[in-house]
Amino acid sequence: MGVGIEVNGLNAWYGTNHTLQDITLHIPANEATALIGPSGCGKSTFVRCLNRMHETNPIAKVTGEVKIGGQDIYSETSAVEVRRRIGMVFQRPNPFPTMSIYDNVASGLKLNGFRNRRVLDETVERSLKHAALWDEVRDDLKKKSGASLSGGQQQRLCIARALAVDPEVLLMDEPASALDPVSTAKIEDLIFQLKSQYTIVIVTHNMQQAARVAERTGFFLNGKLIEFDSTHKIFTNPSDKRTEDYITGRFG
Amino acid sequence: MSLRIQEPRAPKSADAATPVDGLVPVAVPAPASGVRAFLQARGSSSMADSTFRWVMLLCALSIFAIVGLIAVELVVHSQLTLARFGLKFFVGSAWDPVNSNFGALPFVYGTLVSSAVALVIAVPLAVGVAVFLTEMCPKALRGGLSFLTELLAAIPSVVYGLWGIFVLVPLLRGYIDPVLIKVLGWTGLFVRPDFGIGMFAAGVILAIMILPIISSLTREVMTAVPHTQREAVLALGATRWEMIRMGVLRNARIGIVGSIILGLGRALGETMAVAMVIGSSPTISKSLLAPASTMASVIANEFAEAADDTYRSALIEIGLALFIVTIIVNMLARLLVWAVTRGAPARVN
Amino acid sequence: MATQFQSSTANRRWRWFTNHAATWLAVGSTVLVVAPLVAIFMDLVYKGASSLNWNFFTKLPVPPGESGGGMANAIIGSIVVLALASLMGIPVGIAGGIYLSEFGRGTKLSTVVRFTADILNGVPSIVMGIAIYGLIVAPTKTFSAFAGGVVLGIMMVPTVARTTEEMMLMVPHSIREAALGLGVPNWRSVLSITLRTAMPGVITGCMLAFARVAGETAPLLFTALGNDFWSTSLNQPIEALPLQIYTYALGPYDEWHRLAWAGSLVLIVLIVVSVSLVRYVTTRGVLKGAN
Repeated sequence: MGVGIEVNGLNAWYGTNHTLQDITLHIPANEATALIGPSGCGKSTFVRCLNRMHETNPIAKVTGEVKIGGQDIYSETSAVEVRRRIGMVFQRPNPFPTMSIYDNVASGLKLNGFRNRRVLDETVERSLKHAALWDEVRDDLKKKSGASLSGGQQQRLCIARALAVDPEVLLMDEPASALDPVSTAKIEDLIFQLKSQYTIVIVTHNMQQAARVAERTGFFLNGKLIEFDSTHKIFTNPSDKRTEDYITGRFG
Repeated sequence: MSLRIQEPRAPKSADAATPVDGLVPVAVPAPASGVRAFLQARGSSSMADSTFRWVMLLCALSIFAIVGLIAVELVVHSQLTLARFGLKFFVGSAWDPVNSNFGALPFVYGTLVSSAVALVIAVPLAVGVAVFLTEMCPKALRGGLSFLTELLAAIPSVVYGLWGIFVLVPLLRGYIDPVLIKVLGWTGLFVRPDFGIGMFAAGVILAIMILPIISSLTREVMTAVPHTQREAVLALGATRWEMIRMGVLRNARIGIVGSIILGLGRALGETMAVAMVIGSSPTISKSLLAPASTMASVIANEFAEAADDTYRSALIEIGLALFIVTIIVNMLARLLVWAVTRGAPARVN
Repeated sequence: MATQFQSSTANRRWRWFTNHAATWLAVGSTVLVVAPLVAIFMDLVYKGASSLNWNFFTKLPVPPGESGGGMANAIIGSIVVLALASLMGIPVGIAGGIYLSEFGRGTKLSTVVRFTADILNGVPSIVMGIAIYGLIVAPTKTFSAFAGGVVLGIMMVPTVARTTEEMMLMVPHSIREAALGLGVPNWRSVLSITLRTAMPGVITGCMLAFARVAGETAPLLFTALGNDFWSTSLNQPIEALPLQIYTYALGPYDEWHRLAWAGSLVLIVLIVVSVSLVRYVTTRGVLKGAN
């Protein structure tokens, strides 16, 4: 089951560039939340702050409070532990090229020292089924490399890999932007099915996608959170003029 | 509003926490909380991470340790002659192990002259090859030729020496030296007696050995010259040669000088091939056809038989001088090459 | 005025001439450079292959004047010294390379380390030899296989470190992010993901370093020294292939010269194979799957 995320006064920098300014919002559990905005608005930086990936860049800095399931991930735990609880799917599919499909899915467990073969087998199967990839790869799980799959399959493999560690939150950073429309539709179906069990935060520049999959939507502009509300409200009756300009295509 | 809003396909039920079976195409068992419990019990492994980081750092620092170690060993074991002869060691020309009188000038001379001969032969050829490979060569040929020059750089010194003794020296003695004596004999640089072995043979073999280094680095800096430079010159109606001269060589000249100096660094320290063809004589003579010795070759030839401590110390001091000189030369060269290639687009990421 | 902007016939001819002269000079120098290489290889194959037989690999050297001897002791000796060198040089070199690519990227320290490694590569091998003579041979009062292994091991470090760094930098950043995003500890992610992805390149880099020191003679002159008999002991002098080639090349017997050519051919084959592998990995991109 997923947990909620509370963000209070979050600020982030890349070098001297203040990319996130004073973000405060509450993402509810077991729902899909979409973050939209023009490129460079800080939405990607924001999700990267939710699992402390932002700080892997040596010039990056972050201040503020992010509580996941009530625990402040910056002061009460370590980055490694946070990332085990929060799965992430990146913009471009990035399966481990030297590993088989099976090992890719099992990597989060194996690399963290999990050795029980029976549980591994079960987890791999369940995760691939969850990611709607099982039927396509079941016959060559250990024969084929993760890199040999098509782009859309690779991205679903990455989702399966993220699901295998049974995370409480799933972050998706433009997961379909590098994919063709058919693969995109599959990923969206997937998000739709997964959100009952996980808290999902999805960054997208595709507004229809946000409207299709998310209960709530946040609109970012120039490092600030302009508006955060139910998707329906954002797309039909936004309170802020800038949000309306953006979703009606007047800029961005 | 250009955007068509779709109603969410499955409105969130009040009881959102339980999975809605109808949505999942295959029967999915409940998440194994065992996995989650295992992972949450794993800890941050920050100890392992910082230990790992320190070990890697230590290994990186071992490079400094190696350089320091070499320097210390050389200084310690050359104390005897350092104290006894001081700087006069490098200007004295008497090398007399029997009477324990040591002057390294003949070897310094031999090293400088053999390297100079090598550069005179190698530099024009190397630049020519680099120009050919970067600017003129058909693509199909380029890979093979640059591979060949790489191979040339990887052949062991002792194999060059072997080839030098049995192929190059007879060739020089039989065909090339007589011509040089006839044409350039008046300079006093090429006069009989000619044994084939000697300074010139050493210079030629060194030239062959440093050619690949100079040409591959020259190629690197020439490739680093942006294409716009070439196009700018070509657009003015220049011929290919004018384009190369003005657009490429002029922009790459600092890097080319750097690669030449790097080749020089290799020539100064090259040991086996030189020791095998130079004739090993601690003398200074004007003729390039006379036998001579270099700093490196005298160490190789005499160290094993140097029985007394002063003799050994003298040889180690020559090694120390070689160490310092090659470090300075290499630093200079690297800095020059870096200065040029730094601006080039990074090949990584 | 207009005539000033038209090149005269003489000028045009001169430009045509320099252009063609430059082209032919470049072609000519390429031929001049390729010629000795081809000559060396032809000589090696021609003179080496005719002496390369079963005895070469299995027999000890025989007294001068007799025929049928081999270099078995030198081959074994080289294997012993090189194994020792690899055991010391490769792990340290790989670890140093990991530091440079994964931890020290963009820091001053790593720039200095990288620079020093390049400088160390340029230090003449004979200088390394006398330094290790002072460090190990002089205090223990015996030439030894161990000292030979140490000097070659030290020489491998900068090459291995630099190629490891370069190969690891070729691994796309997204792969590292994937591992970190799974909550894998950094050390595990570096070893099991980044290093493993770069492994083909790292291995060939190690082979290249190995091949380079396999041909080294000068540093072994006063460390391993050479030995006409069987020896695999680490604290005894030991023979090595390049040392034997050196001795035989300078000796007066035809039989020795033939063995020297055969030994050189063996060394060259080893080197050609590793250089080709490196080239294959870096240009064909075994790492390509990583995109």
